[in-house]
Amino acid sequence: MEALTWTGSLGTILNPILSIAVLLLAISVVVQIVLSFFAPAITLQSNADGTLMKRGGALGMFEQATKLFFFAALAIVVVYIVGGIILPYGMLGIVGAMSKQFAPVWIALFLTFLASIMFKRRLGLYGKLFDSVIGMIGFGLVMFWVFTAIFAGLFDLIATHDPLSQISGLKNKLPGVALPEGSEGKAPHYLLGGDNLARDIFSRMVYGSTIVIAIAPMATIFAFMVGITLGLPAGYYGGRLDTILSFLANLILAFPVILLFYLLVTPEIVATGIPSFMAAFLFVFPIVFFGVLLNSRYYTQPTKRTPMLILVLGALGWLYLSMISQTGTVLDFLPPAVDLFDIAPGILVVFVSVVFVNSPTVFRIVRGLALDLRTRDYVAAAQTRGEGAWYVMLWEILPNARGPLIVDFCLRIGYTTILLGTLGFFGLGLPPESPDWGSTINEGRKLLLVFVHPPLPPAIALLSLVLGLNLLADGLREESLKD
Amino acid sequence: MTTENKYDGPILEIDKLSISFFTRLREIPAVMDFSAKIMPGEALGVVGESGCGKSTVALGVMQDLGVNGRIVGGSIKFKGEEMNTMTPERLRDIRGSQIAMIYQEPMASLNPAMRIGKQLAEVPMIHEGISESEAMKRALEVVTDVKLPDPARILKSFPHQLSGGQQQRIVIAMALMSKPSLLILDEPTTALDVTVEAAVVELVKDLGKKYGTSMLFISHNLGLVLETCDRICVMYSGEAVERGSIDDVFDEMQHPYTQALFRSIPLPGADKNARPLIAIPGNFPLPHERPEGCNFGPRCDYFEEGRCDSQVITMEKVSGNDRHESRCLKFKEIDWDAPPQVAETKEKAPPGQVVLKMDNLKKYYEVAANALFGSGGERKVVKANETLSFEARESETLAIVGESGCGKSTFAKVLMGLETATEGEILLDNKSIGNIPIEQRDTKTIADVQMVFQNPFDTLNPSMTVGRQIMRALEIFKVGNNDAERRTRMLELLDLVKLPRAFADRMPRQLSGGQKQRVGIARAFAGDARIVVADEPVSALDVSVQAAVTDLLMEIQREHKTTLLFISHDLSIVRYLSDRVMVMYLGHVVELGTTDQVFAPPYHPYTEALLSAVPIADTSVKKKHIVLEGDIPSAMNPPTGCPFQTRCRWKDKVAGGLCEKEVPVTRTLAEGHQVKCHLTDEQMTEMEPVIEVAAE
Amino acid sequence: MGLFILRRVGVMILTALCLTFIVFWLTNLYPNLEKLAKTQGNFRMSDEAVTSYLTNRGYTQSLPVKYGQWLGVLPGYVIEGSDGETRSRCEEGKTFCGIIQGDWGYSTVFQDEVSTIVAKRLGVTGFLMLWVMIVMVPGALIIGVLAGMREGSGTDRSLSTVSILSTATPEYVSGVILIALLGTKAVIDWDTVPFKGSATSAIDDPNFWNMFLPVITIALYGMGYIARMTRASMTEVMTAQYIRTARLKGVSFPKIVMRHALRNALIAPFTVIMLQFPWLLNGVVIVETLFQYKGFGFALVNAASNNDIELLLGVSIVSVFVVLITQLISDIGYVFLNPRIRIS
Repeated sequence: MEALTWTGSLGTILNPILSIAVLLLAISVVVQIVLSFFAPAITLQSNADGTLMKRGGALGMFEQATKLFFFAALAIVVVYIVGGIILPYGMLGIVGAMSKQFAPVWIALFLTFLASIMFKRRLGLYGKLFDSVIGMIGFGLVMFWVFTAIFAGLFDLIATHDPLSQISGLKNKLPGVALPEGSEGKAPHYLLGGDNLARDIFSRMVYGSTIVIAIAPMATIFAFMVGITLGLPAGYYGGRLDTILSFLANLILAFPVILLFYLLVTPEIVATGIPSFMAAFLFVFPIVFFGVLLNSRYYTQPTKRTPMLILVLGALGWLYLSMISQTGTVLDFLPPAVDLFDIAPGILVVFVSVVFVNSPTVFRIVRGLALDLRTRDYVAAAQTRGEGAWYVMLWEILPNARGPLIVDFCLRIGYTTILLGTLGFFGLGLPPESPDWGSTINEGRKLLLVFVHPPLPPAIALLSLVLGLNLLADGLREESLKD
Repeated sequence: MTTENKYDGPILEIDKLSISFFTRLREIPAVMDFSAKIMPGEALGVVGESGCGKSTVALGVMQDLGVNGRIVGGSIKFKGEEMNTMTPERLRDIRGSQIAMIYQEPMASLNPAMRIGKQLAEVPMIHEGISESEAMKRALEVVTDVKLPDPARILKSFPHQLSGGQQQRIVIAMALMSKPSLLILDEPTTALDVTVEAAVVELVKDLGKKYGTSMLFISHNLGLVLETCDRICVMYSGEAVERGSIDDVFDEMQHPYTQALFRSIPLPGADKNARPLIAIPGNFPLPHERPEGCNFGPRCDYFEEGRCDSQVITMEKVSGNDRHESRCLKFKEIDWDAPPQVAETKEKAPPGQVVLKMDNLKKYYEVAANALFGSGGERKVVKANETLSFEARESETLAIVGESGCGKSTFAKVLMGLETATEGEILLDNKSIGNIPIEQRDTKTIADVQMVFQNPFDTLNPSMTVGRQIMRALEIFKVGNNDAERRTRMLELLDLVKLPRAFADRMPRQLSGGQKQRVGIARAFAGDARIVVADEPVSALDVSVQAAVTDLLMEIQREHKTTLLFISHDLSIVRYLSDRVMVMYLGHVVELGTTDQVFAPPYHPYTEALLSAVPIADTSVKKKHIVLEGDIPSAMNPPTGCPFQTRCRWKDKVAGGLCEKEVPVTRTLAEGHQVKCHLTDEQMTEMEPVIEVAAE
Repeated sequence: MGLFILRRVGVMILTALCLTFIVFWLTNLYPNLEKLAKTQGNFRMSDEAVTSYLTNRGYTQSLPVKYGQWLGVLPGYVIEGSDGETRSRCEEGKTFCGIIQGDWGYSTVFQDEVSTIVAKRLGVTGFLMLWVMIVMVPGALIIGVLAGMREGSGTDRSLSTVSILSTATPEYVSGVILIALLGTKAVIDWDTVPFKGSATSAIDDPNFWNMFLPVITIALYGMGYIARMTRASMTEVMTAQYIRTARLKGVSFPKIVMRHALRNALIAPFTVIMLQFPWLLNGVVIVETLFQYKGFGFALVNAASNNDIELLLGVSIVSVFVVLITQLISDIGYVFLNPRIRIS
């Protein structure tokens, strides 16, 4: 087998076109920015005879050009992707081969977009996302990694090799290197080369997504539960409670995150059980949240409330106990027969510390929103009919704060992803052979000045996921403000 | 500049102007076929309900419609020069120097980080290129002209250091800095209190004369337009429906909408039982749901199918009058003098026994003197309510009147149990509730005392369906045994407030303001409330909707024998619907009596000024002009002695500066008529009535 | 105003005490001490030997007492050890020796006084941060103002995308990419590599070529965030009524931006810039590790991963104070910038 080049034989035709389109795009953007300060705004103006006249001039022209070049560049990228799937292996080089590997993801993405755009008027805020180009790009990037994680993690598709197995002779080899005779894999090459332990970088990057996609959203949800459960009363009641809780939140926020990680995640601290106790504390909040949520709504109808509460609290309680009871830690009290699952010890610690770091920020946001919304008349109406404080907070205030919270949720998943990467970068928490992106970057950066290719794929993967989340949040914010 | 000043044709000539806003889904026409002409020195009033496009006209004239707005037809000529095709440079020249604009929110119109003087001086510096010191001199003159105290100090201060009324005067001063030929005022007094509004209106009128400025005055208040303008243009749903001189339109109206509008506002002489208001049926059409033909057709009494809804209707001249036009096919056929079909007159329900009794109620707050720099410093006591005593009977309407800071909202909070009284008692059926916070009140008490809120856009939870919100109230008040029963009851409540039952599954954002307010009323009556506190329930609604909501409240009250505590600053509506009136000023009850007693002399001096300040849209009414000096003092820092002494025009009639030293005692003038004033009985009887309706 | 500052300082000191106590507690947990004993003594120490080692050096005293001694408000211990030797926390003649007295302890990793290390490293890192600020703040403000000037325009969209991209790129990603692009010949075939991918030499001889990449890497991440805040603030201001007033007064667009919008729009980002410090500190640690720039962050990582308790405590207290002081400045500055608050 020969080594693959980046874009294969077809690349010689496509590459120059792409570079021209990108270059033109860059030029028109820069010109536009420079012009915008001097040229008058673009306005549409009607004349007495009923025709429309555009007062745009040069600025308007460049705005059109930017749009054109952007779509041109996008079209060529699509050609690479589709070409990669259709054309035989190797015709489009590494890019084409990767595109082929990602085929299930492309199909899933295509179907998702098709369905969403068809029914977008009936899908509320989610549907409106498809009115904004930025939002669609963001959503596409996020879903790309979500689908990758699902297909790789659950169905073992996409990746070409096992993320941990080594093939001798491929140590630090460049992208597109062919496998030596006799070794096996779903592809005859290491598409993105081999790392310093001769493992396939492409497959490690793909498997890395499963870890991030599994932890980041879950950790963010927990942080939101904690932040909401504490932030609502702080903002609603104000006074001393607010002072104390805000002080505690600021305390955590004043802590440099890395120092906190070093103090929480080192094996010595894990041995003392502090993370386990923190988990026991932090994971109570969802139970409290849902318990109060249901009780405040249905306490007037005990026949409905009581079974509902028993069911929900029972299920959550069991999950909670299974979650905090981990074999080999200080908290290990459930007999294995009842214990539903055990989480890898490293992951639980990472999870807890990420939740801990994120909660105070969520707290501050929720508190601010509650402070604002509590002055509304519908809150006063609820108070004057004698509603309990928790009903007002959870059913009158919280639903109306959902817009900014959803936007922040997306941003925060991105931030959590960055935090996970940071942990990996310092080699904290997860085992060193773990394929998660942070750890892989950490491995690769040590020889960075000699071999560039190992840390770049996970770095770009992480970048694209976080970028997608930020763009998604931006699109959501813009669309939710529009009506 | 000199050539421009010599021009003597019409200052502004708008011809067949159409303006649309473009959203991603559709084009929304905001103004259609609008024409107007303003001669030098003339003031044109544009009136209409919210959403009728009157503000869009103003912004269209200024060529400042934002990103989505666009002029799609017609022309705007300023002193004969077409504005639609003007270059941006030429537009900039005209803005500020030839045309100036004043808007609704004075605080928002001033740059918070720039001293007043600099903001004022900027105008002549841009347009006339004069030096800063000269511009400052000019600023000082103009600030003196708008009657602000201590102009030199004001020039050096930041906007937030001034009160709302002062800020609006500064905005007016800014507009007059370059002596413009046209002044556009977009609801300039809506955010201000009535007495402050009266003073600002007076100022605008005087200065308009002094500077010879033409004015385009935009307002929803017919009374204000009557007081300030020479000509009027009535707009409905994006179109001008009638225009003419004030006298012609007010006394010889030629369009059904104008007529309906006048019939739906409470003028002196209207009475809830004998001469009830006539609400305009139906709703204001949304811009993209306008009917064929006449926009007002579906709500019009004179509607003729096949005629009014089948053709484009244009403005027609009314013969005999000067520049009087109407957009109605049938205006020549309608008998405009026919008396309105009077809805059935109703019997006044006799007041029953006392249900609610306030006894020397006091509510003081303790606040930090300096909000930002912490609670460690000195504390101040704000006396929000000072010795409130009154009784309210079954099926009685007691109006509580006052401007901002008078303590009416605090009173409502104490009554509802959201706050507890500092001193004194509230007796509900002879049971004291003044010191029981709402958490400790029993369901019955809570259900008995309910509230209707002011802002319709805020009164319903935006993320819950209408039906669920009412059902929640029923759940809390323990009405009905199960969801099915409660649902039935909820639908009955919707019937009660005359809303279709289908609304139960709607979200609040799908409802109009008036409809939301009806839901709010239904919710308040969910537990068969016996006392309802209505906190300015209609002040945020459009005129035509106000009448309908008010009537609904009255009707429910009559059926349920409810005691209604009607909080309002609008004396017209108070006179129309209340049995007794309580006037409050800075936490004190200054006057209390039956409606007739309060609205006729002898008055408390504050009541007198308040009556004079309220604009009345009736050419036959003669009002005495009493303009109060200054602003309402802050409740944080009340004046010594009588709370009203700083603005009272009768103060010098009381010997020995008593007003500044002592709070007057409440005394009874006649059976059930109390006044808190130092004036002697003789001086009181000398007072003349403020409002006189000329005999027709 | 004086009272306000006093209160803020009070809260700040309370926060600092709480935080240092937490760090003190976490670093003095038994497993950490055990590890310390084994690294300092020998790795095959028995449990008893560890205990006596720790007892002899005052580590087994109760936590508040140890904290008080470390802080310098309690007299340092004098212990006659089980091996007969008498050890005392302080030098001879001193009873109190803690942070307050300037006795910061001795670093086991760098074999030097903690105070010397911290002071030196802080200077080096301060130099890096200075350049980061010089690059980041003006850049971010210009981008934000230009983008927010005309909301929804092409300029806004392109600049916003750029700032979103930069907030989505944590330092360890941008650093790796920048080194690959500009610090090696692997991606772009340079004749000579333009910038140095390692900043080790910058400690003694800082110049453009070895400082450029670390500075840009830190600045990029913060830049996007500040730019977005500035943009948000600017768009809000540009839709404010008083901007319309200015426009209808006939003020030209550049003047509206410069004179009316800018000051109001910069109030919010100012606080953000100051609150960026905890984040910047993160960035510093990552970048110093990545570029081998031996500054404050590098010391933190080394102290933490080598269980150098005294140094870690010293580093923590400094970083906590840096964060708290910037917060204080941000609070006070906000009050000064905003005339609405200053006078009322």
